[in-house]
Amino acid sequence: MKKRNEMPRGLRFTFVMVILLLLLLVALILNITIGSANIPAERVVSSLLEFIMNPSGNDAANLPTESIILFNIRLPRMLLAGILGGALAVSGFLLQNFFRNPIAGPFVLGISSGAKMVVGITMIFLSDILSKAGPWLLIAAAFMGSLIITAVVMIFSQKVKNMSLLLVVGIMVGYICSAVTDLCVTFASEQDIVNLTHWSMGTFSGTDWENVRTAAIVCIPVIIAVWLMSKPMGAYALGENYAKSMGIRIKPFRLALILLSSMLSACVTALVGPISFVGIAVPHITRTLLKSSKPAFVIPASFLCGAVFCVMCDLIARTALAPADINISTVTSVFGAPVVIWMIANRRKNEAV
Amino acid sequence: MNAERSKKLYFEAHELAVGYNGSALIHDIEISLEKGSILTLIGPNGSGKSTILKTITKQLDRIKGSVLIDGQEILNWQPKQMARKAAVVLTERIKPELMTAWDVVALGRYPYTNMLGMLTPEDKEIVRESLEKVNALDIAAQEFLTLSDGQKQRIVLARAICQRPEIIILDEPTAFLDIWHKTELLDILREMAHEQEITVIMSLHEIDLAAKVSDYLMCVKGDRIAAFGSPEEVLKTLPIEELYGMDSGSYNVLFGSVELKKTEGMARVFVVAGNGCGIPFYRALQRKKIPFSTGILFENDTDTQVATKLAVEAFITPAFELPGDEIYRAAVKALEKCDVVVDAGTPKGSLNEMNSRLIAHARDRAMRVLNEICELEGV
Repeated sequence: MKKRNEMPRGLRFTFVMVILLLLLLVALILNITIGSANIPAERVVSSLLEFIMNPSGNDAANLPTESIILFNIRLPRMLLAGILGGALAVSGFLLQNFFRNPIAGPFVLGISSGAKMVVGITMIFLSDILSKAGPWLLIAAAFMGSLIITAVVMIFSQKVKNMSLLLVVGIMVGYICSAVTDLCVTFASEQDIVNLTHWSMGTFSGTDWENVRTAAIVCIPVIIAVWLMSKPMGAYALGENYAKSMGIRIKPFRLALILLSSMLSACVTALVGPISFVGIAVPHITRTLLKSSKPAFVIPASFLCGAVFCVMCDLIARTALAPADINISTVTSVFGAPVVIWMIANRRKNEAV
Repeated sequence: MNAERSKKLYFEAHELAVGYNGSALIHDIEISLEKGSILTLIGPNGSGKSTILKTITKQLDRIKGSVLIDGQEILNWQPKQMARKAAVVLTERIKPELMTAWDVVALGRYPYTNMLGMLTPEDKEIVRESLEKVNALDIAAQEFLTLSDGQKQRIVLARAICQRPEIIILDEPTAFLDIWHKTELLDILREMAHEQEITVIMSLHEIDLAAKVSDYLMCVKGDRIAAFGSPEEVLKTLPIEELYGMDSGSYNVLFGSVELKKTEGMARVFVVAGNGCGIPFYRALQRKKIPFSTGILFENDTDTQVATKLAVEAFITPAFELPGDEIYRAAVKALEKCDVVVDAGTPKGSLNEMNSRLIAHARDRAMRVLNEICELEGV
């Protein structure tokens, strides 16, 4: 039926990557110029140049307000949205590979909620230590939470082969985690509740360079490690037994997938709170664009696509009801959930054929 | 030198016990195969064919015993080392999303490619050759999930070939395939075994095909191996009906075909047959559940093969000899008890003139004599 001359996939990959890079550039420019104070592009460029020429002048007192908005508010926020959006997408792709289920993702499988639960408990009961330890403790807490829930979902996935049912399990586990989190809130002090609520809404507002640095330190090495695993990931698509017969050591491989995926989603959850649907929607969009599920292609493209998606969503979150910030999950859900619905509907159609 | 090489054992299993969770289902499995030979496991559903195959491919931990490839125990082989020697075709149906047939086959290069899985021009040539071997070059660019079952199975086999193994292990490779695709697939295996000296171990449900394609058959039944050897030996020593616990129907070793259960009772129709003319009548009567007798057949007649399985009574006389009077009298007796006589249209010659006499006798007694299958309607 399909006899059209299609673009070779290598070329297609390059093409998609270029488009995504251009989109990211556009998203960055929009993000940097639009806001409660509109800063025209040429002014951005001139302040940027100034900043580069004279980095020692990076003293808040010496800089004009515009530059402060640019460098201390918008730029870090935008970069964080980019890095974490990409990380979420890659984390979702890892889970999809692991469960061999295209609608797996950290949010729907309850993994984000698990991370949230442990972060919540940490925020409430360890608030003293937290003020000193900063983001690393939160990341560790989120990582723990992610791992616990992933383990629970894995146990069920042995029994439940049907992918929609696995999703139901994930959602239920997510509810249980939320219930536990709510229960803990009962014991929390007022200040902790404020912190927790603000965090669990999921927002990029208030991002500083420290957050960006933390995110980059965690996510970039992890994503490189993930990309280096593209070969076994590709073979794993044929199923565990075939993968094993081709020489993959299944246990270490599966463990690596889960650890890397959990690290990425934990980093996101710890820094900005749970963000929904990016993990499923973005890899799906990417695969559709690439017309391939080859991990060596999908991983970098998903990262870029996730970055574009989150930067754009954050722009909307920031500006739609300005000066109020909408929480980021609201925006990602509005755009991400329909993609997931479309995907499930499409699969049904394909399976019937 | 060639003869010496062909005698060398390539795959061996000794005192092998297989099973799940530490408890053995089948004991004392002994296999010895020369390089380039084909072994087929046959046996009823659930007899443990897959368990044996999974154990020798190390998907399942063995309970006891040894498995040797090329004289080496494989228990402690690294996964990659194993992958370069042995490739598998499993029963599980793969569902790789957004992968072309070519992509699936190219995964066979996995044990040979570098850390990033990049294919060298040489690898690509091997992928192409593998596709060519299974006659699937034309579907290489198609998405795997859109292929038909037959095409998918060919691609899965090409993937195994692409792994350039010395031994291929296939679990029911012909399931889901129509008869034409089955024979095509087995032809490919036969060719590989013959030309490239690839050793093949597989399980099949089709005993007839198994006997035709294999150098060795192994019958799996109960907790032991019921028989192992060349198809001729195995089928001689172990009736297939017994292996499968068939209490209805029968298996014809010579034809390699299966017959349904014969209709018991008093014969109501006598079929005067021979030269293969009787078989369509036998089958028609069997379908209608009408018990029948038939004769007089020479031992070497094709009709004899089916008659012995389906007729209540078949009158058979030694080949290359004129039938004696005795058998004629017995046949007449049986014929007289029937309601209807069928003249299957066997050519009349000097040796089988008794058949003409049988029909004449029936006419003399004013019995109904039919010539066409459609006339059986209403009998």
